[in-house]
Amino acid sequence: MIFDILISGLINGSVLALLAIGFSLIFGVAHIVNIAHTAFYMLASYLIYVCTYRFGLNPVLCMAIAMITVPLIGLVAYKLFIEPIREHEAAVLIATIALAMGFQEVMLIIFSGDYHSVPYLVKGYFSIMGTKIFYQQLLTFGVVLITLGALWFMMMKTRLGLAIRSTAQDREVANLMGMDVSKVAMMTMAVSVFLASIAGAVVAPLMVVSPSMWMTPLILMMAVVVLGGMGSLKGSFVGAYILGFTEALVVFLIPMGAFLKGPVALLIMIFVLILRPEGLYGVSFEEER
Amino acid sequence: MSLIAYYLKKPYTVFKNEILILPSRVAVLAFVLFLLFFPVVTDNPYLLRILILASIYAILSASWDLLSGFTGQMNFGHALFFGVGAYTAALLNLHLGFPPAASIPLGAVAAVIAGLIVGIPCLRLRGTYLALTTLAFPIILLGVVIAVPDLTGGELGVSGLSRLTSSRTGDYYVVTTLMLVLVFIMWKITDSNTGIIFHAIREDEIAVRTAGINTIRYKLLAFCLSGFFAGIAGGLYAHFMRIAGPSTLEVNTSFLVVIYAVFGGVVTIYGPVGSVFILFTVLEFFNFWPEFRMLAFAGIILFTLLFMPEGLLPWLRDKVETKCPRCKVRNIATRNTCRVCMAEFK
Repeated sequence: MIFDILISGLINGSVLALLAIGFSLIFGVAHIVNIAHTAFYMLASYLIYVCTYRFGLNPVLCMAIAMITVPLIGLVAYKLFIEPIREHEAAVLIATIALAMGFQEVMLIIFSGDYHSVPYLVKGYFSIMGTKIFYQQLLTFGVVLITLGALWFMMMKTRLGLAIRSTAQDREVANLMGMDVSKVAMMTMAVSVFLASIAGAVVAPLMVVSPSMWMTPLILMMAVVVLGGMGSLKGSFVGAYILGFTEALVVFLIPMGAFLKGPVALLIMIFVLILRPEGLYGVSFEEER
Repeated sequence: MSLIAYYLKKPYTVFKNEILILPSRVAVLAFVLFLLFFPVVTDNPYLLRILILASIYAILSASWDLLSGFTGQMNFGHALFFGVGAYTAALLNLHLGFPPAASIPLGAVAAVIAGLIVGIPCLRLRGTYLALTTLAFPIILLGVVIAVPDLTGGELGVSGLSRLTSSRTGDYYVVTTLMLVLVFIMWKITDSNTGIIFHAIREDEIAVRTAGINTIRYKLLAFCLSGFFAGIAGGLYAHFMRIAGPSTLEVNTSFLVVIYAVFGGVVTIYGPVGSVFILFTVLEFFNFWPEFRMLAFAGIILFTLLFMPEGLLPWLRDKVETKCPRCKVRNIATRNTCRVCMAEFK
């Protein structure tokens, strides 16, 4: 039981962390609430499914393809539909909702609403105290940690990371310092969708692939971002594991828990917000005038 | 005698000089007349059903505009009010035998209370935080509803409610007249002093507070008013469909409301109403290819926004009308001088 909760919490938390950090990045830099973020995660899963089953390619190769193709799709969508209306926040918001719905419908038309699955990359498991731990789960966890480490390196040690951080801090001053802000926003979009596609790739073998799979993590991902503080990567990381473990605890300990896991996680978010309106690690800026 | 002739003539002059002079007012008049006389032309239940559902969603989207458009409190969980209204009306009707005339207003009252419950914790939040927090409330309620199936019917919902009226045409008249009246009330609210304060809160809350206005009270008022109208929409929906199911609380419903309102143009009240009627009827054409229906919906929205990010109806209105630079009165675009102050347009 303890190991069930531990494993399930770690996996949930890791995937949420990947998604939430991507979502938080693009929000911080470009102030885009990208509802379509998890739709890219769904696209990556489908791409992997298609490559492995319909084209019979090696799963690892498929994942590489997905990680390159999906960010490209993201960039095209950003250029076509989001960039021209950047000034109108409400319009951007529903453009991303419409984009997500569009992706879902395209997948529904091509693959129908059936559930699909992708094979494990590594087979086998070992057991501790009667709990089966699949190597795939460990692999997922490892990939997420490596990705997050690489992301931290990129954000803190490279020029691109510096550009992203400074644009997030103050767009106008970054512009004055000679940064091409819209280019930075493009790069951030690419990085953010790349993170979503990694999440899709590592999750695809563990979950069922279906056109509506973007809806479930969407709400929790937003809850994580709000809980941790908008635009704070550390906050998203901590928030993701808090909500991931909450979900696991509720599912295993409370009857009817599967229905209540979302609501309990969201209640925690609301309580934190009542105590700290800017989230756990968020910085409350003076209101912009 | 001449006095009687004057009073007889006055409405006609007002009608001619105030309504026929502006295309947007003519359009509103035509829309109202169309709605009221539609069942005389045909009583096809399918067409009536489309217009009834459109009216219900029009109330819902306009109430979202009242809260999120005018007051600027981005609400992503508008389905909460809709669902609370629907479920309360349904449970009161089914278990206590209240007729629709009583259960719908009580559902609206329940939605007002829901508005208070959501509004109080949200007072300290603004912008995107507020949007994402409000998104959580209907999902929490949805989880509770599914977890206690004895009372709420779980995933199947509460079904077998009494009808609004005995016939489809009766339903149509109840819903459409109620829609027209409620939208008119909402429009009047946004035009009143309260509406101006709502507008000011959206523009600059601190400045409003500096002016000695209790913004907390007005923000809660906005939540309650919006909840009230959305609750009525929920009750009408429950009694018309004769079922209150979990679909009323789903994220999709919340998103749909936002899409309708932003597509039609926020901060207008007439925008969301118009866009619901346009999108509903346009989507019915796509029933020939059901699988492409939602894709078409998403496509229409994406491409419309590219060209008119302010929303469809304000864009159209700006095309056919111009605002006089001197006295701010609207004129038809073909005029060369202002109809009130005779200022010349360049």
